[in-house]
Amino acid sequence: MADTHPSAQAGPSEGLLTRVSDTLWRRPTLLLLILLTPPALWLGIIYLGSLFALLLQSFFSIDHFTGLINHEITLATYAELFTPANFDIIRRTVGMATIVTLASAVIAFPIAYYAARYAKGAWRAIFYLGIMMPLWSSYLVKVYAWKLILAKEGILTWIFEWLHLTWLLDAYLALPVIGGNSLSVSPTGTFLVFVYVWLPYMVLPIQAALERVPGSMLEASGDLGATPAQTFRHVLLPLALPGVIAGSIFTFSLTLGDYIIPQIIGTSRLFIGQAVYQHQGIAGNIPLAAAFAVVPIVIMGVYLWIAKRMGAFDAL
Amino acid sequence: MTNRFITAVVSAITAASLATSAVAQMTEIGEGEGELSIVAWAGYIERGETDAAFDWVTKFEEATSCKVSVKTANTSDEMVALMNEGGFDLVTASGDASLRMIAGKRVQPINVDLIPSWSTVDDRLKDAPWHTVNGEHYGTPYMWGPNVLMYNTEAFPEAPTSWNVVFEEMTLADGSNNKGRVQAYDGPIHIADAANYLMAHKPELGITDPYELNADQYAAALDLLRAQRELVSRYWHDAFIQIDDFKNEGIVASGSWPFQVNLLQADGVPVASVIPEEGATGWADTTMLHAEAEHPNCAYKWMEHTLSSNLQSDLSVWFGAVPSVPAACSDGSGMQTQEGCDANGLAQFDKIKFWKTPVANCESQGECVPYYRWVSDYIGVIGGR
Repeated sequence: MADTHPSAQAGPSEGLLTRVSDTLWRRPTLLLLILLTPPALWLGIIYLGSLFALLLQSFFSIDHFTGLINHEITLATYAELFTPANFDIIRRTVGMATIVTLASAVIAFPIAYYAARYAKGAWRAIFYLGIMMPLWSSYLVKVYAWKLILAKEGILTWIFEWLHLTWLLDAYLALPVIGGNSLSVSPTGTFLVFVYVWLPYMVLPIQAALERVPGSMLEASGDLGATPAQTFRHVLLPLALPGVIAGSIFTFSLTLGDYIIPQIIGTSRLFIGQAVYQHQGIAGNIPLAAAFAVVPIVIMGVYLWIAKRMGAFDAL
Repeated sequence: MTNRFITAVVSAITAASLATSAVAQMTEIGEGEGELSIVAWAGYIERGETDAAFDWVTKFEEATSCKVSVKTANTSDEMVALMNEGGFDLVTASGDASLRMIAGKRVQPINVDLIPSWSTVDDRLKDAPWHTVNGEHYGTPYMWGPNVLMYNTEAFPEAPTSWNVVFEEMTLADGSNNKGRVQAYDGPIHIADAANYLMAHKPELGITDPYELNADQYAAALDLLRAQRELVSRYWHDAFIQIDDFKNEGIVASGSWPFQVNLLQADGVPVASVIPEEGATGWADTTMLHAEAEHPNCAYKWMEHTLSSNLQSDLSVWFGAVPSVPAACSDGSGMQTQEGCDANGLAQFDKIKFWKTPVANCESQGECVPYYRWVSDYIGVIGGR
């Protein structure tokens, strides 16, 4: 270390490495520049560059017969998003993302609360494992497994039959909008699988937020005469809200972009991700695919802005 | 908007046909370039890796030293997209893709004189409209097959005689309603199946070709499909998901390919297939040469190779299809037999309306609904519009 120590009287006999080191020490900006350039290039070219390329594509249009791209700037492709069939896709996806997020939050909160406050020692480890484990296996395997669970001749139907509750399942499936011929081909099936697959992303941030809430505050609330419900509403929930919102960003955006679950489970009605996939990969209609891809970006932009205002990022 | 689109299509087609006469065809086949890249349907170009008995690449590579690489595509639209991207020599295009590529100048006419086996091709396919434009051939026929009606033999003790089991609500032979127990193909070309059904059942519409529909005929087909949406819980897109649906989802009837029928039967599921009285749609694939192919000599050698009786025979067994070279069924050069060809649809050639791309300026009537409308409207129908 002493050899490379910089000094103003550095002799000509010193090695290249020493001189480089000296220069960097004298000019910290240069060092910073060298360290930051690769990640900046990555972010600028690969990440933002592809995003802008996508954005640019969405202003082109397609010759519908030959499938060749017409490279003239136009808003016609965006106008296509508002045709009834395409707008249905957007509405359907946003609706699904919203209820998946709400359901995940409702299910995840008690789990996270127990894990953060009551689970001790081995139980805590088991809880973490139980939440994380689904993330270790392949997403496709899980979705196909659910296809078999929910199938008309699947295990769930069998359990309902065994409990003599087939009438209940049939009555539920007969409901309009949410029902269908079997759970695996109904919107309810799509919803269940979405909630299952994204739940860990909701549990973990809520748990982190709850761990930071001091127990003394809850006790103080009780001492001051608040009922448990009041404590939850006025103390616990506001303090844990940033965690809930952080989790909802995951579940909401992941549902918005997914294109595999609705293809395997559900009614064949398209979601945004599938529309992007079909228009890009199958129909070669890259402009419309790009326009569809911009929709989640806009929605998430608005969502993040609201989340920021609610203080979701203060705790990060 | 529509008028401008039609003008664009018309000018594209005119430009394409003018351009084709300008493109110089090859007059002789030179030395192979050592490589060949092909866009093909899955299972179409086998080199013995899936099953050692099915290999029609290795021998070709040894004989010509053209190293074959294959890019598989899952849909016709994907094939068009890949060919638009470029970098490939050949594509095994179905009729709903071939005309689009011809109009887009992505493929070039071929000189059939350079392909000695051209004379052995089924005469009914030689001048087929999905690869012949203005008397120029844009490729060599490869395989063809019907879109059959697959049915569960327990729900249908006797084969259904009409496509109505998937289009109209009814009580099936097993006493239950067909609602939720039938499927349909998740691709815009399925509109042609509806038109084919209407052709037989609503003659007053005057449909003569299910791919050439005027506004009224098209609206009637969409109405039929909207009614079908009530019966279909999930459309099939992936052959293997359809197979699973026939096993676990209680599906008893659907348009399908011999491929799924063979796999399900091999698995012991009680299914069979039939071409109902209305006839059926079908696919006929053509090996087409890219306009900027880098390895044209190897490509011509491959086209000649694909017409060899032995390859046609084995491939038709492997894929559950019908050879384009009829001799391959009966000359014993491969595994196929006359009975096998007939079972795969050879005997019903005349009842099959082959896939082709719907265009605006169609032959049978002045103005037809073009393909891009089929795409967006079918998404709408599946979405419940």
